[in-house]
Amino acid sequence: MADVFRVLAQIGTTITVLLVLAALLIWAERRLLGLWQDRLGPNRVGPFGILQSVADMIKIFFKEDWVPPFAEKPVFIFAPCVVVITMLMALAVVPFTPTLAIVDLNVGLLFFLAMSALAAYSTILAGWSSNNKYSLLGGMRSAAQMISYDVFMGLSLMGVVMLAGSFNLREIVLAQQGLWYIVPQFLGFLVFLVAGLAESHRLPFDLPEAEHEIIAGFHTEYSGMKFGLFFVGEYLGVLLIAAITVILFLGGWQGPWLPPFVWFVLKTALLVAFIILLRAALPRPRFDQLMSIGWKLMLPLALLNLMITGAVALAGGL
Amino acid sequence: MSLLFYPAAAIALFATLMVITRVHAVHALLYLVVAQLAVALLFFLLGAPFAAALEVLVYAGAVMVMFIFVIMMLNLGRPTLLQERGWLPKGIWIGPGLLAGGLLAELLLVLSAGPALEPHWVPPQRVGAALFGPYLLAVELASLLLLAALVGAYHLARPYLRRADQDDTVEAER
Repeated sequence: MADVFRVLAQIGTTITVLLVLAALLIWAERRLLGLWQDRLGPNRVGPFGILQSVADMIKIFFKEDWVPPFAEKPVFIFAPCVVVITMLMALAVVPFTPTLAIVDLNVGLLFFLAMSALAAYSTILAGWSSNNKYSLLGGMRSAAQMISYDVFMGLSLMGVVMLAGSFNLREIVLAQQGLWYIVPQFLGFLVFLVAGLAESHRLPFDLPEAEHEIIAGFHTEYSGMKFGLFFVGEYLGVLLIAAITVILFLGGWQGPWLPPFVWFVLKTALLVAFIILLRAALPRPRFDQLMSIGWKLMLPLALLNLMITGAVALAGGL
Repeated sequence: MSLLFYPAAAIALFATLMVITRVHAVHALLYLVVAQLAVALLFFLLGAPFAAALEVLVYAGAVMVMFIFVIMMLNLGRPTLLQERGWLPKGIWIGPGLLAGGLLAELLLVLSAGPALEPHWVPPQRVGAALFGPYLLAVELASLLLLAALVGAYHLARPYLRRADQDDTVEAER
Protein backbone atom coordinates (compact mmCIF):
# COMPACT_ATOMS: atom_id res chain seq x y z
CA MET A 1 0.00 0.00 0.00
CA ALA A 2 2.86 2.37 0.86
CA ASP A 3 4.25 1.64 -2.59
CA VAL A 4 1.02 2.79 -4.24
CA PHE A 5 1.11 6.04 -2.28
CA ARG A 6 4.75 6.59 -3.23
CA VAL A 7 3.90 6.16 -6.92
CA LEU A 8 0.85 8.43 -6.63
CA ALA A 9 2.94 11.10 -4.90
CA GLN A 10 5.55 10.84 -7.63
CA ILE A 11 2.92 11.19 -10.36
CA GLY A 12 1.34 14.16 -8.58
CA THR A 13 4.67 15.93 -8.15
CA THR A 14 5.69 15.32 -11.76
CA ILE A 15 2.38 16.61 -13.12
CA THR A 16 2.53 19.73 -10.93
CA VAL A 17 6.13 20.46 -11.90
CA LEU A 18 5.36 19.94 -15.60
CA LEU A 19 2.30 22.19 -15.56
CA VAL A 20 4.23 24.93 -13.76
CA LEU A 21 7.06 24.53 -16.25
CA ALA A 22 4.61 24.79 -19.15
CA ALA A 23 3.27 28.04 -17.70
CA LEU A 24 6.80 29.35 -17.13
CA LEU A 25 7.65 28.45 -20.69
CA ILE A 26 4.98 30.84 -21.97
CA TRP A 27 6.79 33.65 -20.15
CA ALA A 28 10.24 32.41 -21.23
CA GLU A 29 9.15 32.26 -24.84
CA ARG A 30 7.78 35.81 -24.79
CA ARG A 31 10.93 37.15 -23.12
CA LEU A 32 13.24 35.33 -25.53
CA LEU A 33 11.23 36.42 -28.56
CA GLY A 34 11.44 39.97 -27.20
CA LEU A 35 15.20 39.65 -26.89
CA TRP A 36 15.60 38.38 -30.44
CA GLN A 37 13.19 40.92 -31.89
CA ASP A 38 14.91 43.84 -30.11
CA ARG A 39 12.14 44.64 -27.64
CA LEU A 40 11.51 43.93 -23.96
CA GLY A 41 8.64 41.49 -23.75
CA PRO A 42 6.58 41.13 -20.56
CA ASN A 43 8.67 42.56 -17.68
CA ARG A 44 6.13 44.15 -15.30
CA VAL A 45 4.65 41.37 -13.14
CA GLY A 46 7.17 40.20 -10.53
CA PRO A 47 10.95 40.12 -11.00
CA PHE A 48 11.76 40.10 -14.77
CA GLY A 49 8.04 39.61 -15.38
CA ILE A 50 8.30 35.98 -14.26
CA LEU A 51 4.80 36.06 -12.75
CA GLN A 52 3.22 37.09 -16.08
CA SER A 53 1.83 33.57 -16.59
CA VAL A 54 0.20 33.68 -13.15
CA ALA A 55 -1.49 36.95 -14.04
CA ASP A 56 -2.62 35.51 -17.37
CA MET A 57 -3.90 32.39 -15.63
CA ILE A 58 -5.94 34.44 -13.14
CA LYS A 59 -7.37 36.49 -15.98
CA ILE A 60 -8.23 33.44 -18.02
CA PHE A 61 -9.97 31.74 -15.08
CA PHE A 62 -12.26 34.73 -14.64
CA LYS A 63 -13.26 34.87 -18.29
CA GLU A 64 -16.72 33.66 -19.19
CA ASP A 65 -16.59 29.97 -20.05
CA TRP A 66 -18.64 30.12 -23.20
CA VAL A 67 -19.73 27.29 -25.47
CA PRO A 68 -21.20 28.51 -28.77
CA PRO A 69 -24.81 27.36 -29.18
CA PHE A 70 -24.05 25.86 -32.60
CA ALA A 71 -21.16 23.71 -31.32
CA GLU A 72 -21.24 19.98 -30.52
CA LYS A 73 -21.12 20.49 -26.78
CA PRO A 74 -19.63 17.23 -25.39
CA VAL A 75 -16.95 16.97 -28.07
CA PHE A 76 -16.24 20.70 -27.84
CA ILE A 77 -15.50 20.41 -24.11
CA PHE A 78 -13.61 17.14 -24.44
CA ALA A 79 -11.26 18.28 -27.24
CA PRO A 80 -8.93 20.60 -25.25
CA CYS A 81 -8.49 17.98 -22.53
CA VAL A 82 -7.16 15.42 -25.02
CA VAL A 83 -3.96 17.27 -25.82
CA VAL A 84 -3.08 17.90 -22.16
CA ILE A 85 -3.86 14.31 -21.12
CA THR A 86 -1.91 12.70 -23.96
CA MET A 87 1.10 14.98 -23.50
CA LEU A 88 1.23 14.29 -19.75
CA MET A 89 0.84 10.54 -20.41
CA ALA A 90 3.70 10.64 -22.90
CA LEU A 91 5.92 12.44 -20.38
CA ALA A 92 5.33 9.54 -17.96
CA VAL A 93 7.77 7.32 -19.87
CA VAL A 94 10.53 9.96 -20.00
CA PRO A 95 13.48 8.95 -17.77
CA PHE A 96 14.76 12.21 -16.26
CA THR A 97 17.60 10.43 -14.44
CA PRO A 98 18.62 6.74 -14.21
CA THR A 99 16.11 6.27 -11.38
CA LEU A 100 13.58 9.08 -11.80
CA ALA A 101 10.86 8.02 -14.24
CA ILE A 102 7.24 7.20 -13.59
CA VAL A 103 7.24 4.01 -15.66
CA ASP A 104 10.13 2.08 -17.12
CA LEU A 105 8.21 0.66 -20.07
CA ASN A 106 9.88 -1.76 -22.47
CA VAL A 107 7.95 -0.21 -25.38
CA GLY A 108 8.47 3.34 -24.08
CA LEU A 109 9.38 4.81 -27.44
CA LEU A 110 6.29 3.33 -29.10
CA PHE A 111 4.17 4.60 -26.21
CA PHE A 112 5.50 8.11 -26.86
CA LEU A 113 4.68 7.80 -30.58
CA ALA A 114 1.21 6.45 -29.80
CA MET A 115 0.43 9.30 -27.41
CA SER A 116 1.62 11.96 -29.84
CA ALA A 117 -0.54 10.33 -32.52
CA LEU A 118 -3.57 10.46 -30.20
CA ALA A 119 -2.91 14.15 -29.47
CA ALA A 120 -3.97 14.81 -33.07
CA TYR A 121 -7.59 14.21 -32.01
CA SER A 122 -7.51 17.35 -29.91
CA THR A 123 -7.12 19.77 -32.80
CA ILE A 124 -9.21 17.73 -35.22
CA LEU A 125 -12.16 17.37 -32.86
CA ALA A 126 -11.90 21.00 -31.75
CA GLY A 127 -12.04 22.09 -35.39
CA TRP A 128 -14.94 19.82 -36.20
CA SER A 129 -17.05 20.40 -33.09
CA SER A 130 -16.83 24.18 -33.32
CA ASN A 131 -19.07 24.07 -36.38
CA ASN A 132 -17.29 27.03 -37.88
CA LYS A 133 -15.76 26.93 -41.35
CA TYR A 134 -12.43 28.40 -40.26
CA SER A 135 -12.21 25.96 -37.38
CA LEU A 136 -13.02 23.11 -39.73
CA LEU A 137 -10.30 24.24 -42.13
CA GLY A 138 -7.86 24.33 -39.23
CA GLY A 139 -8.96 20.89 -38.09
CA MET A 140 -8.55 19.42 -41.58
CA ARG A 141 -5.11 20.96 -41.97
CA SER A 142 -4.17 19.56 -38.60
CA ALA A 143 -5.39 16.07 -39.56
CA ALA A 144 -3.47 16.08 -42.84
CA GLN A 145 -0.34 17.47 -41.17
CA MET A 146 -0.44 14.97 -38.32
CA ILE A 147 -0.96 11.95 -40.58
CA SER A 148 1.85 13.02 -42.92
CA TYR A 149 4.39 13.89 -40.25
CA ASP A 150 3.56 10.89 -38.04
CA VAL A 151 4.82 8.58 -40.77
CA PHE A 152 8.43 9.68 -40.85
CA MET A 153 8.54 10.67 -37.20
CA GLY A 154 8.37 6.95 -36.45
CA LEU A 155 10.72 6.05 -39.31
CA SER A 156 13.35 8.60 -38.24
CA LEU A 157 13.57 6.96 -34.81
CA MET A 158 14.04 3.42 -36.07
CA GLY A 159 17.76 4.07 -36.67
CA VAL A 160 18.16 4.84 -32.97
CA VAL A 161 16.21 1.71 -32.06
CA MET A 162 18.44 -0.32 -34.37
CA LEU A 163 21.62 1.01 -32.74
CA ALA A 164 20.36 0.64 -29.17
CA GLY A 165 18.50 -2.62 -29.79
CA SER A 166 15.61 -1.55 -27.55
CA PHE A 167 12.42 0.51 -27.38
CA ASN A 168 13.11 1.23 -23.72
CA LEU A 169 14.09 4.90 -23.33
CA ARG A 170 16.33 4.20 -20.33
CA GLU A 171 18.25 1.54 -22.24
CA ILE A 172 18.58 3.88 -25.23
CA VAL A 173 20.25 6.47 -22.99
CA LEU A 174 22.52 3.83 -21.47
CA ALA A 175 23.52 2.69 -24.97
CA GLN A 176 24.86 6.20 -25.68
CA GLN A 177 27.60 5.91 -23.07
CA GLY A 178 30.46 6.32 -25.53
CA LEU A 179 28.90 8.34 -28.34
CA TRP A 180 25.69 10.38 -28.48
CA TYR A 181 23.40 9.23 -31.27
CA ILE A 182 23.33 12.69 -32.80
CA VAL A 183 26.65 11.77 -34.48
CA PRO A 184 25.78 8.46 -36.18
CA GLN A 185 22.10 9.45 -36.55
CA PHE A 186 22.41 13.07 -37.64
CA LEU A 187 19.87 12.65 -40.46
CA GLY A 188 17.47 10.96 -38.06
CA PHE A 189 17.94 13.82 -35.60
CA LEU A 190 17.09 16.46 -38.22
CA VAL A 191 14.04 14.60 -39.49
CA PHE A 192 12.79 13.91 -35.97
CA LEU A 193 13.15 17.54 -34.93
CA VAL A 194 11.18 18.75 -37.96
CA ALA A 195 8.51 16.09 -37.41
CA GLY A 196 8.33 16.93 -33.71
CA LEU A 197 7.82 20.62 -34.44
CA ALA A 198 5.08 19.73 -36.91
CA GLU A 199 3.42 17.36 -34.43
CA SER A 200 3.28 19.99 -31.72
CA HIS A 201 2.30 22.53 -34.43
CA ARG A 202 4.84 25.09 -33.33
CA LEU A 203 5.35 28.20 -35.35
CA PRO A 204 7.07 27.30 -38.57
CA PHE A 205 4.40 24.57 -38.80
CA ASP A 206 1.42 26.18 -37.07
CA LEU A 207 -0.79 26.02 -40.15
CA PRO A 208 -3.77 24.58 -38.25
CA GLU A 209 -4.13 27.96 -36.52
CA ALA A 210 -2.43 30.26 -39.09
CA GLU A 211 -3.96 33.47 -37.83
CA HIS A 212 -3.37 35.47 -41.00
CA GLU A 213 -5.54 33.19 -43.13
CA ILE A 214 -8.06 31.30 -40.98
CA ILE A 215 -8.56 33.54 -37.89
CA ALA A 216 -7.22 31.18 -35.23
CA GLY A 217 -7.93 27.89 -36.96
CA PHE A 218 -9.12 25.07 -34.75
CA HIS A 219 -9.43 27.17 -31.57
CA THR A 220 -11.32 30.12 -33.10
CA GLU A 221 -14.41 29.43 -30.96
CA TYR A 222 -12.55 28.69 -27.74
CA SER A 223 -12.24 31.09 -24.85
CA GLY A 224 -11.38 31.07 -21.16
CA MET A 225 -9.68 28.05 -19.65
CA LYS A 226 -10.55 25.78 -22.58
CA PHE A 227 -8.38 28.00 -24.76
CA GLY A 228 -5.82 27.97 -21.95
CA LEU A 229 -5.71 24.17 -22.07
CA PHE A 230 -4.73 24.23 -25.75
CA PHE A 231 -1.94 26.62 -24.81
CA VAL A 232 -0.71 24.47 -21.92
CA GLY A 233 -0.91 21.42 -24.17
CA GLU A 234 1.20 23.12 -26.82
CA TYR A 235 3.93 24.01 -24.32
CA LEU A 236 3.83 20.54 -22.80
CA GLY A 237 4.33 19.32 -26.37
CA VAL A 238 7.42 21.52 -26.72
CA LEU A 239 8.80 20.14 -23.44
CA LEU A 240 8.03 16.60 -24.57
CA ILE A 241 9.70 16.94 -27.96
CA ALA A 242 12.77 18.56 -26.38
CA ALA A 243 12.99 15.88 -23.66
CA ILE A 244 12.59 13.00 -26.11
CA THR A 245 15.19 14.50 -28.48
CA VAL A 246 17.62 14.82 -25.56
CA ILE A 247 17.01 11.20 -24.62
CA LEU A 248 17.26 9.76 -28.11
CA PHE A 249 20.05 11.84 -29.62
CA LEU A 250 21.85 13.88 -26.95
CA GLY A 251 22.74 11.24 -24.39
CA GLY A 252 19.89 11.95 -21.95
CA TRP A 253 21.15 12.58 -18.43
CA GLN A 254 24.77 11.69 -19.27
CA GLY A 255 27.56 14.23 -18.87
CA PRO A 256 30.65 14.88 -16.76
CA TRP A 257 30.89 16.57 -13.31
CA LEU A 258 27.29 17.72 -12.85
CA PRO A 259 24.58 15.41 -11.44
CA PRO A 260 22.42 13.60 -14.06
CA PHE A 261 19.26 15.61 -13.42
CA VAL A 262 21.06 18.92 -13.98
CA TRP A 263 22.46 17.68 -17.28
CA PHE A 264 19.02 16.57 -18.40
CA VAL A 265 17.46 19.94 -17.51
CA LEU A 266 20.30 21.90 -19.14
CA LYS A 267 20.09 19.98 -22.41
CA THR A 268 16.30 20.17 -22.51
CA ALA A 269 16.32 23.91 -21.77
CA LEU A 270 18.84 24.53 -24.53
CA LEU A 271 16.72 22.61 -27.01
CA VAL A 272 13.54 24.43 -25.93
CA ALA A 273 15.36 27.74 -26.47
CA PHE A 274 16.39 26.50 -29.93
CA ILE A 275 12.77 25.65 -30.75
CA ILE A 276 11.74 29.15 -29.67
CA LEU A 277 14.55 30.62 -31.79
CA LEU A 278 13.15 28.74 -34.79
CA ARG A 279 9.85 30.50 -34.19
CA ALA A 280 11.60 33.86 -34.20
CA ALA A 281 13.68 33.05 -37.26
CA LEU A 282 11.55 31.14 -39.74
CA PRO A 283 8.47 32.17 -41.72
CA ARG A 284 5.47 29.89 -42.04
CA PRO A 285 5.37 27.78 -45.24
CA ARG A 286 2.27 27.49 -47.45
CA PHE A 287 0.18 24.38 -46.84
CA ASP A 288 1.13 22.70 -50.12
CA GLN A 289 4.79 23.45 -49.36
CA LEU A 290 4.37 21.82 -45.96
CA MET A 291 2.93 18.69 -47.57
CA SER A 292 5.62 18.46 -50.22
CA ILE A 293 8.41 19.03 -47.68
CA GLY A 294 6.95 16.16 -45.69
CA TRP A 295 6.43 13.58 -48.41
CA LYS A 296 9.10 14.53 -50.94
CA LEU A 297 12.01 15.54 -48.72
CA MET A 298 11.58 14.26 -45.17
CA LEU A 299 10.19 10.80 -45.95
CA PRO A 300 12.98 9.91 -48.44
CA LEU A 301 15.57 11.27 -45.97
CA ALA A 302 14.14 9.12 -43.17
CA LEU A 303 14.13 6.06 -45.44
CA LEU A 304 17.69 6.77 -46.59
CA ASN A 305 18.83 7.07 -42.99
CA LEU A 306 17.10 3.80 -42.14
CA MET A 307 18.68 2.03 -45.12
CA ILE A 308 22.21 3.26 -44.35
CA THR A 309 21.89 2.43 -40.66
CA GLY A 310 20.53 -1.01 -41.53
CA ALA A 311 23.33 -1.68 -43.99
CA VAL A 312 26.02 -0.61 -41.52
CA ALA A 313 24.43 -2.64 -38.71
CA LEU A 314 24.19 -5.66 -41.01
CA ALA A 315 27.85 -5.33 -42.01
CA GLY A 316 28.65 -5.58 -38.31
CA GLY A 317 30.09 -2.10 -38.00
CA LEU A 318 28.00 -1.26 -34.96
CA MET B 1 -4.77 -8.87 -13.63
CA SER B 2 -8.49 -9.71 -13.79
CA LEU B 3 -9.09 -6.63 -11.66
CA LEU B 4 -8.13 -4.53 -14.70
CA PHE B 5 -9.04 -7.02 -17.41
CA TYR B 6 -12.80 -7.18 -16.88
CA PRO B 7 -13.47 -3.41 -16.71
CA ALA B 8 -11.38 -2.92 -19.85
CA ALA B 9 -13.23 -5.73 -21.60
CA ALA B 10 -16.58 -4.26 -20.52
CA ILE B 11 -15.57 -0.85 -21.86
CA ALA B 12 -14.48 -2.42 -25.14
CA LEU B 13 -17.79 -4.24 -25.51
CA PHE B 14 -19.91 -1.24 -24.56
CA ALA B 15 -18.00 1.08 -26.89
CA THR B 16 -18.30 -1.39 -29.77
CA LEU B 17 -22.03 -1.63 -29.16
CA MET B 18 -22.24 2.16 -29.30
CA VAL B 19 -20.27 2.17 -32.57
CA ILE B 20 -22.87 0.11 -34.40
CA THR B 21 -25.90 1.87 -32.89
CA ARG B 22 -24.86 5.54 -33.32
CA VAL B 23 -26.34 7.25 -36.37
CA HIS B 24 -23.90 10.15 -36.16
CA ALA B 25 -20.75 9.03 -38.00
CA VAL B 26 -18.26 11.07 -35.96
CA HIS B 27 -19.72 9.89 -32.64
CA ALA B 28 -19.54 6.29 -33.86
CA LEU B 29 -15.89 6.79 -34.81
CA LEU B 30 -15.06 8.28 -31.43
CA TYR B 31 -16.57 5.22 -29.74
CA LEU B 32 -14.50 3.07 -32.07
CA VAL B 33 -11.36 4.90 -30.88
CA VAL B 34 -12.36 4.17 -27.27
CA ALA B 35 -12.94 0.52 -28.14
CA GLN B 36 -9.50 0.29 -29.70
CA LEU B 37 -7.84 1.90 -26.70
CA ALA B 38 -9.60 -0.65 -24.47
CA VAL B 39 -8.48 -3.50 -26.72
CA ALA B 40 -4.92 -2.14 -26.57
CA LEU B 41 -5.12 -2.27 -22.77
CA LEU B 42 -6.33 -5.88 -23.00
CA PHE B 43 -3.34 -6.77 -25.21
CA PHE B 44 -1.04 -5.15 -22.68
CA LEU B 45 -2.59 -7.02 -19.77
CA LEU B 46 -2.29 -10.31 -21.65
CA GLY B 47 1.46 -9.70 -22.01
CA ALA B 48 1.76 -8.27 -25.53
CA PRO B 49 2.98 -4.66 -25.04
CA PHE B 50 4.21 -4.40 -28.64
CA ALA B 51 0.81 -5.32 -30.07
CA ALA B 52 -0.81 -2.90 -27.61
CA ALA B 53 1.42 -0.01 -28.69
CA LEU B 54 0.81 -0.74 -32.38
CA GLU B 55 -2.95 -0.96 -31.80
CA VAL B 56 -2.92 2.59 -30.41
CA LEU B 57 -0.32 3.94 -32.83
CA VAL B 58 -1.71 2.49 -36.05
CA TYR B 59 -5.43 1.95 -35.50
CA ALA B 60 -6.49 4.53 -32.92
CA GLY B 61 -3.80 7.04 -33.93
CA ALA B 62 -3.54 6.90 -37.72
CA VAL B 63 -6.40 4.96 -39.32
CA MET B 64 -9.13 6.56 -37.23
CA VAL B 65 -7.71 10.04 -37.81
CA MET B 66 -7.92 9.26 -41.51
CA PHE B 67 -11.57 8.16 -41.17
CA ILE B 68 -12.49 11.29 -39.23
CA PHE B 69 -10.63 13.37 -41.81
CA VAL B 70 -12.70 11.85 -44.63
CA ILE B 71 -15.96 12.33 -42.74
CA MET B 72 -15.07 15.93 -42.01
CA MET B 73 -14.39 16.45 -45.72
CA LEU B 74 -17.82 15.05 -46.58
CA ASN B 75 -19.39 17.39 -44.00
CA LEU B 76 -22.58 15.37 -43.55
CA GLY B 77 -25.44 17.40 -42.16
CA ARG B 78 -28.92 16.77 -40.76
CA PRO B 79 -30.38 15.20 -43.94
CA THR B 80 -27.86 12.33 -43.81
CA LEU B 81 -28.57 11.87 -40.12
CA LEU B 82 -32.27 11.40 -40.84
CA GLN B 83 -31.49 9.14 -43.78
CA GLU B 84 -29.25 6.94 -41.64
CA ARG B 85 -31.89 6.78 -38.94
CA GLY B 86 -34.26 5.50 -41.59
CA TRP B 87 -31.83 2.70 -42.42
CA LEU B 88 -31.85 1.40 -38.86
CA PRO B 89 -35.43 0.55 -37.82
CA LYS B 90 -35.92 -1.54 -34.67
CA GLY B 91 -36.88 -4.74 -36.51
CA ILE B 92 -33.61 -4.96 -38.39
CA TRP B 93 -31.72 -5.92 -35.23
CA ILE B 94 -33.66 -9.14 -34.59
CA GLY B 95 -32.03 -11.48 -37.13
CA PRO B 96 -28.38 -10.52 -36.54
CA GLY B 97 -29.06 -10.33 -32.80
CA LEU B 98 -30.35 -13.91 -32.69
CA LEU B 99 -27.41 -15.22 -34.74
CA ALA B 100 -24.84 -13.35 -32.64
CA GLY B 101 -26.61 -14.51 -29.47
CA GLY B 102 -26.23 -18.13 -30.62
CA LEU B 103 -22.52 -17.59 -31.16
CA LEU B 104 -22.19 -15.90 -27.77
CA ALA B 105 -23.84 -18.86 -26.05
CA GLU B 106 -21.46 -21.27 -27.79
CA LEU B 107 -18.47 -19.10 -26.90
CA LEU B 108 -19.49 -18.97 -23.24
CA LEU B 109 -19.91 -22.75 -23.24
CA VAL B 110 -16.43 -23.27 -24.70
CA LEU B 111 -14.83 -20.75 -22.37
CA SER B 112 -16.43 -22.22 -19.25
CA ALA B 113 -15.11 -25.68 -20.17
CA GLY B 114 -11.59 -24.61 -21.20
CA PRO B 115 -8.65 -23.74 -18.94
CA ALA B 116 -8.25 -20.14 -17.74
CA LEU B 117 -6.20 -17.87 -19.99
CA GLU B 118 -2.82 -17.05 -18.48
CA PRO B 119 -0.91 -13.91 -19.44
CA HIS B 120 2.06 -14.81 -21.56
CA TRP B 121 4.75 -12.12 -21.72
CA VAL B 122 6.09 -11.52 -25.25
CA PRO B 123 8.92 -8.96 -25.60
CA PRO B 124 9.01 -6.77 -28.77
CA GLN B 125 12.14 -8.52 -30.05
CA ARG B 126 10.26 -11.85 -30.25
CA VAL B 127 7.49 -10.23 -32.34
CA GLY B 128 10.07 -8.85 -34.78
CA ALA B 129 11.88 -12.17 -34.98
CA ALA B 130 8.58 -13.94 -35.71
CA LEU B 131 7.56 -11.41 -38.39
CA PHE B 132 10.87 -11.65 -40.22
CA GLY B 133 11.32 -15.38 -39.56
CA PRO B 134 8.42 -17.79 -40.15
CA TYR B 135 6.00 -15.08 -41.33
CA LEU B 136 8.37 -13.34 -43.76
CA LEU B 137 6.31 -14.31 -46.80
CA ALA B 138 3.11 -12.81 -45.37
CA VAL B 139 4.94 -9.57 -44.47
CA GLU B 140 6.36 -9.29 -47.98
CA LEU B 141 2.94 -9.98 -49.55
CA ALA B 142 1.34 -7.29 -47.41
CA SER B 143 4.06 -4.82 -48.35
CA LEU B 144 3.55 -5.63 -52.05
CA LEU B 145 -0.17 -4.99 -51.63
CA LEU B 146 0.56 -1.63 -49.98
CA LEU B 147 2.99 -0.75 -52.76
CA ALA B 148 0.32 -1.51 -55.34
CA ALA B 149 -2.15 0.70 -53.47
CA LEU B 150 0.45 3.48 -53.29
CA VAL B 151 1.20 3.31 -57.03
CA GLY B 152 -2.54 3.24 -57.76
CA ALA B 153 -3.23 6.28 -55.60
CA TYR B 154 -0.34 8.13 -57.22
CA HIS B 155 -1.63 7.27 -60.67
CA LEU B 156 -5.16 8.45 -59.85
CA ALA B 157 -3.94 11.72 -58.33
CA ARG B 158 -1.53 12.71 -61.10
CA PRO B 159 -2.87 16.06 -62.28
CA TYR B 160 -1.25 16.34 -65.69
CA LEU B 161 -2.50 12.94 -66.78
CA ARG B 162 -6.08 13.97 -66.14
CA ARG B 163 -5.61 17.20 -68.01
CA ALA B 164 -4.27 15.29 -71.02
CA ASP B 165 -7.34 13.03 -70.90
CA GLN B 166 -9.67 15.99 -70.88
CA ASP B 167 -7.81 17.52 -73.82
CA ASP B 168 -8.29 14.27 -75.69
CA THR B 169 -12.03 14.23 -75.07
CA VAL B 170 -12.26 17.86 -76.11
CA GLU B 171 -10.39 16.99 -79.30
CA ALA B 172 -12.65 14.01 -79.91
CA GLU B 173 -15.74 16.14 -79.48
CA ARG B 174 -14.42 18.53 -82.07
